[in-house]
Amino acid sequence: MSRLLLTLNGIHKSFAGKPVIEDVSLSLKQGEITTLIGPNGAGKSTLAKIILGLIKPDSGTRLPNAELNIGYMPQKISIDPTLPISTCRFLQLANTSHQACHQALESVGIRHLTKIPIQRLSGGELQRALLARAILRNPNLLVLDEPVQGVDVNGQNALYKMINSLAKTLNCGVLMVSHDLHLVMSATDQVICLNRHICCEGHPEKVTQDPAFIDIFGQTTAIYSHHHDHDHNLHGEVLDDHTHQHGESYNHD
Amino acid sequence: MTDFLLYALLAGVGVAAVAGPLGCFVVWRRMAYFGDTLAHSALLGVSLGVMLDINLNITVTAIPLIMAMFLVFLEQRGFLSLDTLLGILSHSALALGLVVISLLPDVRVDLMSLLFGDLLAVTQSDLWVIYGVACAVMILLGLLWQQLINITVDPELAAVEGTNVTLVSTALMLITALVIALAMKVVGVLLITALLIIPAATARQLSHTPEQMAVVASVIAMMAVVMGLAMSWYIDTPAGPSVVISAGVLFSLSLGYRRLAS
Repeated sequence: MSRLLLTLNGIHKSFAGKPVIEDVSLSLKQGEITTLIGPNGAGKSTLAKIILGLIKPDSGTRLPNAELNIGYMPQKISIDPTLPISTCRFLQLANTSHQACHQALESVGIRHLTKIPIQRLSGGELQRALLARAILRNPNLLVLDEPVQGVDVNGQNALYKMINSLAKTLNCGVLMVSHDLHLVMSATDQVICLNRHICCEGHPEKVTQDPAFIDIFGQTTAIYSHHHDHDHNLHGEVLDDHTHQHGESYNHD
Repeated sequence: MTDFLLYALLAGVGVAAVAGPLGCFVVWRRMAYFGDTLAHSALLGVSLGVMLDINLNITVTAIPLIMAMFLVFLEQRGFLSLDTLLGILSHSALALGLVVISLLPDVRVDLMSLLFGDLLAVTQSDLWVIYGVACAVMILLGLLWQQLINITVDPELAAVEGTNVTLVSTALMLITALVIALAMKVVGVLLITALLIIPAATARQLSHTPEQMAVVASVIAMMAVVMGLAMSWYIDTPAGPSVVISAGVLFSLSLGYRRLAS
């Protein structure tokens, strides 16, 4: 169940003399969802690309499991409109059969868009197509860079649910890059809060109460941010007036 | 029909056949300026060949190849935007080529034919070179096709899925340099990019898959060559520019077709 997929040890990376990643170590396990959060410019995408093997670190080691097979969903993709390519063909570039592509599109709910030029998909549809390509080759690690970008809130929830259920079906590890924890919170096993170095890490409930986390994100962007009419202290107790009712699912322990 | 016209036709059709699929990549990957740079460096190749008394076929191929490698190197360093870099190299190469030619004591070089092509002066041995290189390019494109499409769509996805992006994109640049050296005969250094881009852009209006677009672009480029030569034959216009004008006319027609079809 929790086989080690990939380990990073003491990774450093700088661009043009400016450090972007400093002394980052982490490990990703099969069947475990890791969420990488951090403010803009914290080096999240760079770290994801080091994990993917797209960027070589200046120092430190990247140790992949021999059977590591990564499915990658990039933050965005821009395909020149002069390239005539259907959604199905886009998936087939991952080197798989026609039938596998249809199945993957089916499992993300856009089978009906098979023949549509990929440039004509909406933001949400394109994210699903990218997800379909990521799962095509039965990966044991899914790397998803801001997977719900450009998707409306309802769509975001649906997409996260879909990712979770796909990850369960594939029994793969997931590394999700996000700037917003509250939607992914319930399904995340491990949160890594990055701001060039790792500020804090661990179980989401622990991390959101960590002073280092609150220092960066403040309390309003933490996991209970959908209640904007009150605030929490470090222990999650409500600070100001109690004019609203809490839903049963929001316990503040 | 006279021999020189037949040779011109065969040479033009041979170059057009490879210009089609390669032109598609130039359009998809926005390499038009890159093509210009290589073409201008081919002129430098001619000047150097004449100056150093080396076979022109060799220098005209070698200089764009070297330039292509140099650009790959500079692009990876990323210390100036590629656009600016190409602008500097492209026009420096053109200027240097022209200056070197002007300095040569006995001018044996017809500048107009270098700039605008000299299709009607193609010889039988030129034909062998053209068809040899064209076949090699076709085979390479065929072997690398799937990977080329893959890195064109998204190089990072392709890399994660196991494609050697550096190798494949370098190969494409070298193939482009080869085809440009070849196309110089047909339309000259100033119009090469037109022969690559216009048929591909025309084919875009008529295609639904990358493969369809490549084949249609080939056919359109061949039609442009035939039409251009006919124009040159009947109303005595320069062959290279006539080919480009024909391609332009076909492109306009394809826009009309697209409008009618939709």
